[in-house]
Amino acid sequence: MLASIRPDSWNFPLLLHVFGAMVLVGAVAAGVVAEFVSTRGEEAALLRRLAFRIFLLGALPAYIVMRVGAQWLYSKEFPDSSNDPTWIGIGFPIADAGGLVLFISIVLAGIASWKSKRRLGTAAGVLAAITLVGWLVAIWAMGAKP
Amino acid sequence: MTFDSWLLALHLLSAAALVGAVTIFWILVIAVRRLDEPTKVQAFEPLMRIGSVAVIAGSLGTIVLGVWLAITLVAYHPWDGWVIAAIVLWAIAFEVGRRSGQEYDLAFSHARKSSDDGRTGSDAELAKLCRPRLGLIYHIIASAAILLILLDMIWKPGA
Repeated sequence: MLASIRPDSWNFPLLLHVFGAMVLVGAVAAGVVAEFVSTRGEEAALLRRLAFRIFLLGALPAYIVMRVGAQWLYSKEFPDSSNDPTWIGIGFPIADAGGLVLFISIVLAGIASWKSKRRLGTAAGVLAAITLVGWLVAIWAMGAKP
Repeated sequence: MTFDSWLLALHLLSAAALVGAVTIFWILVIAVRRLDEPTKVQAFEPLMRIGSVAVIAGSLGTIVLGVWLAITLVAYHPWDGWVIAAIVLWAIAFEVGRRSGQEYDLAFSHARKSSDDGRTGSDAELAKLCRPRLGLIYHIIASAAILLILLDMIWKPGA
């Protein structure tokens, strides 16, 4: 029941948007867990390297797919709108700010993995966790359409 | 905001948890496939736990809230073909995913036992358990079923 009846031409961009968003949530959650678990000391380097790879090779492509799908769908659903509904006003800023914070997390995670910096890894995990909460709020807004 | 819009939002969040869990399990499948040391395998256990919690919450949330929506929304019914297809695919994904989890759990159990016994070096048996052929096939089938559910939910064939 992801959405009500809509023109067929909206379905593929919606699939890209929804699938990208859901994979993004899983990838970022996995990266956050790996960063936080790495602070315990056991196999820390392995987990920091894994977190960086998850952010770079999992979360970033998923984010791009989600964001491209969102823009494509927006251009179809609101082709000449200057007065967006509230849920659009919630979703786009969260997506864009989240993208920026995700990029910073990737850079921090990369340096943390390369230079074995525990605190940088934790910072990357905290930032990514904040974006994760934001994206969950955005998913709620897409469904509830307040 | 109506009660139905809350149901839809929670249904969507459950779906995100389910697909997110499948993503986490794919990361695990790829990450452990070359491991053969107990401590390294054990390092991935928190990911396995998070994935397990998310898959249970997502699976139950999607089915309960989905059927609830099909009952309450005027436009849809639980006996619509696309709703029944989604329920069948959900059941397949749930059972096959559970079997995949059991296969990979053998590797984590073996790693725990090896660590408890003080064996921390390379372990050929553990390496084999980290690449369960059947577990991978089950995981591919579960992932395909969930992708088909997503396609079914978006295109709603016959609706």
